[in-house]
Amino acid sequence: MSEFTSDFWGIYVGLITVVSIVACAVLLQSMSTRRVAKDEPVGTTGHTWDEDLTEWNNPLPRWWIWLFYITIAFSLVYLALYPGLGMYGGLLGWSSTGQFREEMERAEAKYGPIYARFLAQDIRTVAADPEARAIGQRLFLNFCSQCHGSDAGGAKGIPNLRDRDWLWGGEPEAIRTSIAEGRTGVMPPLGAAVGGDEGAKDVAHYVFSLSGRTHDTLRAFRGKPRFAAVCAACHGPDGKGNPQLGAPNLTDSIWLHGGSEAAVIEAVMKGRKNEMPAHKLFLDEAKIHLLTAYVYGLSADLERK
Amino acid sequence: MPAPQLYNYRVVRQFAIMTVVWGVVGMAVGVLIAAQLIWPELNLAPWLSYGRLRPLHTNAVIFGFGGCALFATSYYAVQRTSHVRLFGDALASFTFWGWQAVIVAAAISLPLGFTSSKEYAELEWPIDVLIAVVWVAYAVVFLGTIARRKVPHIYVANWFFASFILTVAVLHIVNSAAIPVTLTKSYSAFAGVQDAMVQWWYGHNAVGFFLTAGFLGMMYYYVPKQAGRPIYSYRLSVVHFWALIFTYMWAGPHHLHYTALPDWVQTLGMLFSLILIAPSWGGMINGVMTLSGAWYKLRDDPVLKFMIVSLSFYGMATLEGPLMSIKTVNALSHFTDWTIGHVHSGALGWVGLISMGCIYYLIPRLYGRTEMASVPLITLHFWIATVGIVLYIAAMWIAGVMQGLM
Repeated sequence: MSEFTSDFWGIYVGLITVVSIVACAVLLQSMSTRRVAKDEPVGTTGHTWDEDLTEWNNPLPRWWIWLFYITIAFSLVYLALYPGLGMYGGLLGWSSTGQFREEMERAEAKYGPIYARFLAQDIRTVAADPEARAIGQRLFLNFCSQCHGSDAGGAKGIPNLRDRDWLWGGEPEAIRTSIAEGRTGVMPPLGAAVGGDEGAKDVAHYVFSLSGRTHDTLRAFRGKPRFAAVCAACHGPDGKGNPQLGAPNLTDSIWLHGGSEAAVIEAVMKGRKNEMPAHKLFLDEAKIHLLTAYVYGLSADLERK
Repeated sequence: MPAPQLYNYRVVRQFAIMTVVWGVVGMAVGVLIAAQLIWPELNLAPWLSYGRLRPLHTNAVIFGFGGCALFATSYYAVQRTSHVRLFGDALASFTFWGWQAVIVAAAISLPLGFTSSKEYAELEWPIDVLIAVVWVAYAVVFLGTIARRKVPHIYVANWFFASFILTVAVLHIVNSAAIPVTLTKSYSAFAGVQDAMVQWWYGHNAVGFFLTAGFLGMMYYYVPKQAGRPIYSYRLSVVHFWALIFTYMWAGPHHLHYTALPDWVQTLGMLFSLILIAPSWGGMINGVMTLSGAWYKLRDDPVLKFMIVSLSFYGMATLEGPLMSIKTVNALSHFTDWTIGHVHSGALGWVGLISMGCIYYLIPRLYGRTEMASVPLITLHFWIATVGIVLYIAAMWIAGVMQGLM
């Protein structure tokens, strides 16, 4: 076993363990010799503390002695069967890694065919299948809900998956790529490029005008050329975003990082960085397929069975 | 033996009163965080949020309530059973003010978000240093008193108190070893799975020594005193004392089943937890059987009711714990409410009830009265507490098993 730097330590720990368990039995044996006949008075030890505190000298209860011996015997048998004494692996050859592998194999045998059936189907078909949706929801709750929420409604900085607003595209293939490969969305800090705090505020008001929000018209007027020169590179000249870069659409009323004036100015000045981790390292193709269908089905118009 | 006024009751009174105060505060915070689990909108501000108040709850009840109860009862019992005044009045007074400073510092620093993130050892390093200093002073006062005793034999309650004091010092100093970065931030001296192992070696022995050995010390003095009967068996106390303090040390790894901890360490944690059943029950038998031949006293003495029911909870929790340490049971119970229920049957049922019984025993004697202001109110307190604990742990069993089966 790799956790021991040399055989010595395995033997050392194993020896201490056996001696310790046997010592419990020896202690118990040495103190359980006293017997009291049925009508023999038990008597006290003869010591007195604090006026009236004394101790009877009753023998150990028999059932308790046996309980103690049984746990000791059980431990010694267990140590013979299972890993516990240094490098010794036990007669049964059990290990927690082995148990994990076995359980995974059993699960694979049981669920593999179900996954295989759905993997062969088109995403739209899977998304409309109630059984697949039930499996997909359980996978979602296990692997996605920590960030996106159990209702897939997202949170500040984490996209809502039900609102049909897709940063990286909402087609099945794009969703699959997001899940399998992950996504990294970066907006660089552009304070200097747009002319400092005042410039950022102007740009923010121009951005507000794109979705028809109340805005300062003078500031929006001043912000427009700056937007065209700096922001349009990613968000597009019309501000509708770019799914190739994950650049959000600025003309809808969905604000990933908050839509207040302060939040938008902060985004311009300091930039934003968002990361969805890649899941292909621990989810196989079939599970990603089911998850893709589930997420796709959250907002797509489907012929529900 | 000296006249009663020669004993140092001042520090006992101080700790007894703070036991009640911290008990009320700690349990009230527990009620609040339980409510936050149902109504998350009660997380009103960052410093009132669940994540910061939960360690405050555990620290206030374990170290505030439980700690003050241990100081009060051990200082009282060690003087009375050594037939000598407490060693070092000034040092004893320092342990009181020092310990209160620790709890107040916890009550301020934890809601502010300062934490070492080690469970039951969350306090940052300057407070840890203060704890260590106070604890060494406690050991000097307690062992100093025993050293000056006027009787040849050391009473069994004092074995338990002494082992609890010495072991907690070792546990606290090793587990809290850290490298300070600033006054409010430090990094653990251990890393990875070793850190986890040290943490649960500490964590489980905090249960075994702080919440068990210390409270068994209480049991060994206050149960025979209240019952007016001798302790059931001296032999049993010898065997279960040595077996208990020896085997508890090994039980920590059962908190880390199916983790990166090597299989053989997990096995040892499980086996020594199972071996612990008998040593634990030895304490329960010795307490409960002390009443044999005097069971009628339970009928109208609510203080004795507190003590005997606490021993029943102790027996139940110390059977439940070893069962939960078995790998297959743990695979079901771990990360469910069952664990929280188990902790509370020990902490509320055993530690809480025995402390309350002892405080009811102490208060009239410390203030020169013959009995508490209202005995029926003690009875009412007993029934409310017992019914509440039973409902709590039954609900957590059901919830935990359901979660485990999901």
